Amino acid sequence: MTEYETIIGLEIHTHLKTKSKMFCACSTEFGQPPNSNICPVCTGQPGALPVLNKEAVSLAIRCGLALNCTINKKSVFARKNYFYPDLPKAYQISQFDLPITQAGFVQLPLPDGTEKRVGITRAHLEEDAGKLVHQGAEGIEGATASHVDFNRSSVPLLEIVSEPDLRSAEEARAYLDKIKSILQYAEVSEANMEEGKLRCDANVSIRPVGQKEFGVKVEIKNMNSFRAVERAIKIEVERQKQVLAAGQKVVQETRSYDEAAGRTVSMRGKEESHDYRYFPEPDLLPLLIDDAWVAQVKQDLPELAEQRVKRYQEAYGISAYDARVLTLDKAVADFFDAAARLYGGDKKTIVNWLTTDVLGYLKNENLELGQTKLTPPQLVEMLGLIDNQTISGKIAKDLLVKILQTGASAQKLVEQGGLRQITDEGELQKIIQEILAAHPKQLEQYRSGKTALKGYFVGETMRRTKGQASPPLVNQLLDRLLA
Amino acid sequence: MAINIADARHVADLARLDLTEQELATYTEQLNQILDYAQELEQVNTDKVEPTYHSVAAGTALREDKAVDFPNQAGILRNGPEVSGTSFVVPRIL
Repeated sequence: MTEYETIIGLEIHTHLKTKSKMFCACSTEFGQPPNSNICPVCTGQPGALPVLNKEAVSLAIRCGLALNCTINKKSVFARKNYFYPDLPKAYQISQFDLPITQAGFVQLPLPDGTEKRVGITRAHLEEDAGKLVHQGAEGIEGATASHVDFNRSSVPLLEIVSEPDLRSAEEARAYLDKIKSILQYAEVSEANMEEGKLRCDANVSIRPVGQKEFGVKVEIKNMNSFRAVERAIKIEVERQKQVLAAGQKVVQETRSYDEAAGRTVSMRGKEESHDYRYFPEPDLLPLLIDDAWVAQVKQDLPELAEQRVKRYQEAYGISAYDARVLTLDKAVADFFDAAARLYGGDKKTIVNWLTTDVLGYLKNENLELGQTKLTPPQLVEMLGLIDNQTISGKIAKDLLVKILQTGASAQKLVEQGGLRQITDEGELQKIIQEILAAHPKQLEQYRSGKTALKGYFVGETMRRTKGQASPPLVNQLLDRLLA
Repeated sequence: MAINIADARHVADLARLDLTEQELATYTEQLNQILDYAQELEQVNTDKVEPTYHSVAAGTALREDKAVDFPNQAGILRNGPEVSGTSFVVPRIL
């Protein structure tokens, strides 16, 4: 049996945090009624002309600096031509041969404690397309018509293209986490996938171990969460192995990830649309950026993750690896800073609890730190109880989960000997059914493919039960009731 | 580099142009004439010339990031062939 090596490159699209769109003054506010933020420019009315948003450029420079990229003094906008109902001009204004930034890198912490450098080919500015809602079917397949909303049309995007440096689905996930973290530290974007402010496509190929040439690559689209990206890549790699094992050839194509079915599906006919006939956008002159502008952006740059990594190493003697894990999510690093100020003991104790127990919990429950009830004073209170030997470290592990879920104080929990958990299936099922009935809109969106909304229902259930519902049971019941 | 009928058909397809065989033949010839003309330029040595991206030698104008509502969004909706609520409606895509 041939051993294969996986080659992955990611294209990440992130919204830039501007008030107005890329080329017109329409608001970028999310969640407005359809077509309430539109004008002649972003709907492609004849004769309307684009004017570039200065702040979008500043944010792109900021992001480029955070990704260790070169900022090009001169960059050029180009038209990417294709026909699709969400693209009113029948071309997207993007950048092609002269992007605003290029040739950068990020450092990824790997689970074995080492680091990996991943190259950034380029990060270029472009405008987003509108949004389609399909009628008469769950997705585009079988739909009888589609509704078009141009509120998102021409919202500024930065497309970050990685080198094909990633070698596994896990590394791709780690890279995504890192990029999200950088975007949040640099305050460039909210970078949440739920609102579509961060999107990711993956280029995946495999080659026999030892072979120099890359295999034929497949582009995967339609991944709605970081988990989905990881799963989709694993599934696609397996598919390619099977194709090769059967003596067939991998075809260069675009495939769509079907999360419910757990497979990737060929998007036939997409091949031709790759012939985009880029040419320089005649409506915009080249974008010129002088040294003073870059210097100004540099000066305004918030403390980035790498700077915090250094600070943690120097101030607290934390290892580079732990410091990177800690700073991956800005909310976790901010939590650490607050807890470190309150705690009189060795700060490494906080690091251990955060990086193993808290982050482990968040990963298992697919939650963000902000979705739990844990606060820095509570963690420090619990550490105090361990330090004065009121509780053992083992009991503290159970307590921590209860604090994360309920926000109760460790002292009280110890006195009460624990809190009642709702593990009664019938009781919980009734609550979830009520929640689903109370949110028909989200339920419909979920069923039409926005599966990321499951987290929303989990959150609602936890809120309704004051955190006392057993999360694995909630997940299990939701899977059954949403199916 | 001459282009043939198949190239012309491909370009027409990309632009969603439905051309007859006669038209394809005409345009193939005309496109080749354009390419021949451009080829004359290739005789000039441009090694040290920066590519021209725009006929105007200046940088692009920039806007401050201020959101302003367009006053006639209803007028834009009226330009669509079919509207439901405030959404444009397009025929099935696949």
